[in-house]
Amino acid sequence: MAYTEKVMDHFANPRNVGEIPDASGIGEVGNSKCGDIMKMYIKVEGNVIVDCKFKTFGCGAAIATSSMATELIKGKTIDEALKLTNKAVMEALDGLPPVKVHCSVLAEQAIKAALADYYTRQGIDPEPIVGKIQECDHDHGCGCSDF
Amino acid sequence: MRKIYADNAATTSLHPLVLEKMMPYLTTVYGNPSSLYAIGAEAKEAVESSREKIAKLIGANSPNEIYFTSGGSEADNWAIKGVCRALKKKGKNHIITSKFEHHAVLHTCKALEKEGFEVTYLDVYENGIVKVEDVKNAIKDTTALVTIMYANNEIGTIQPIKEIGMVCREKGVVFHTDAVQAVTQVPINVEEECIDLLSLTAHKFHGPKGCGALYCRRGIRPEILIDGGAQERTRRAGTENVAGIVGLAEALELAISNMEERNSRLTKMRDRLIDGLLKIERSRINGDRVSRLPGNINMCFEGIEGESLLLKLDFAGISASSGSACTSGDLDPSHVLLSIGLPHEIAHGSMRLSFSDDNTEEDVDYILEQVPVIVDYLRMMSPLWEKIKEEERNN
Ligand SMILES: Cc1ncc(COP(=O)(O)O)c(C=O)c1O
Ligand code: FES
Ligand SMILES: [Zn+2]
Ligand SMILES: [Zn+2]
Repeated sequence: MAYTEKVMDHFANPRNVGEIPDASGIGEVGNSKCGDIMKMYIKVEGNVIVDCKFKTFGCGAAIATSSMATELIKGKTIDEALKLTNKAVMEALDGLPPVKVHCSVLAEQAIKAALADYYTRQGIDPEPIVGKIQECDHDHGCGCSDF
Repeated sequence: MRKIYADNAATTSLHPLVLEKMMPYLTTVYGNPSSLYAIGAEAKEAVESSREKIAKLIGANSPNEIYFTSGGSEADNWAIKGVCRALKKKGKNHIITSKFEHHAVLHTCKALEKEGFEVTYLDVYENGIVKVEDVKNAIKDTTALVTIMYANNEIGTIQPIKEIGMVCREKGVVFHTDAVQAVTQVPINVEEECIDLLSLTAHKFHGPKGCGALYCRRGIRPEILIDGGAQERTRRAGTENVAGIVGLAEALELAISNMEERNSRLTKMRDRLIDGLLKIERSRINGDRVSRLPGNINMCFEGIEGESLLLKLDFAGISASSGSACTSGDLDPSHVLLSIGLPHEIAHGSMRLSFSDDNTEEDVDYILEQVPVIVDYLRMMSPLWEKIKEEERNN
């Protein structure tokens, strides 16, 4: 399994690592059982995401996709951020190995979860705008229960 | 930058003396061992003298009990499928193995389940060691085979093979052991340890890849797995990997000749490294500390994930692994770590280092310098670590 140069770059030098103390929204997705948790912080001013930071527990692809996702929405409007897809994250990284596609899904979901939290804090029901946040897209088929 | 290869359980470097012994069979002596003319006969002679050497080195009664294979996986497949299919005709349809075997054994057992075999997967407990009592209790009239690995490839725990062998002998059950990780790291004598079949592979002890052997005690007749020509006294077809076989015998002899000295050196390095790494908070060593291969270190660091740890180690020049090589690419933590009772989230943060003759005390120093820094860095960006610390504060 080989990662692209871009993935390795974002893993080796992740952009926007950390927390935002006065964040406008915080989203967390994933599950420690599966080995990936992403936590996204956004700071919104007016209609613009002026800052975005992340913390991730996970594989190289999980860290790289989190990093890339923050880059893709930083400085963008909320509407633009809502349109961010896992495909866009993957393309920006020049692709991911098939078994790691779920990491890009997690990154997309983490951004959506942060936006949902932002709306909730405004007293707005996020679901019609952001959609449902999927907790997990892959089957936990480790087979450990088979033995 | 320092380069440290610390993944010798995955594979080892080829010893220069082994390569030297192999060279003639890769160049001038290219004859087919089955041919009658001189370079064929010369190749044949090399194969047979290797067989003799190997038989002596593992305490077999006769060279005729050694069969060459393409490696450990084939030896495991042949031993298990061969014995079980042969004994099924005598009404035996039960296999006993452990939960943490290599996939070459586990997947073979799974395949036999589809053929109607019942498989008992024995517990390996928190220390990663099968209980002889459990083997004894699991044996029944229909048991065709007991297959328990000699030493585990991920956590390095050494199993009570002689005791298991004696139980099987007493009960009249055939006993196979996958000794791929143990050969040259543990003194092995198939006669004294009541082993009926044993798998080994050259690339784990500085021999070439793609060449292994199955020891099969006289009188035990596994069904043939590879049909074809009459090689290996008609039991295993295929033109012999002459250079590989010569390399296997040479590597085995070399590695056994300095085993004692190497084991005491590696054990010291291993224990110093484990003690040093255990100073990292919320770290743990996986598997028994004493009944353990001399070069194996397997640890978990809570709050971080294994692959990112490996990538960081690689940036620092250290080649390590997280579970066995064939597991990488999987999304789930290793079945070995789950089998010793680790929760998923902790099993995800594992690291295996495995040493050989090529490693030094300086390697240990360097690893002890690098790992804590990397673990700290990954924890700094881990929301799971944040949670763990929060829980600590609340308790
Ligand atoms: C315990 C064990 N069994 C079997 C194998 C398979 O051996 P080979 O790679 O020679 O097929 C390995 C090595 O990967 C192993 O560690
Ligand atoms: S989040 Fe549950 S399987 Fe991935
Ligand atoms: Zn992942
Ligand atoms: Zn599982």
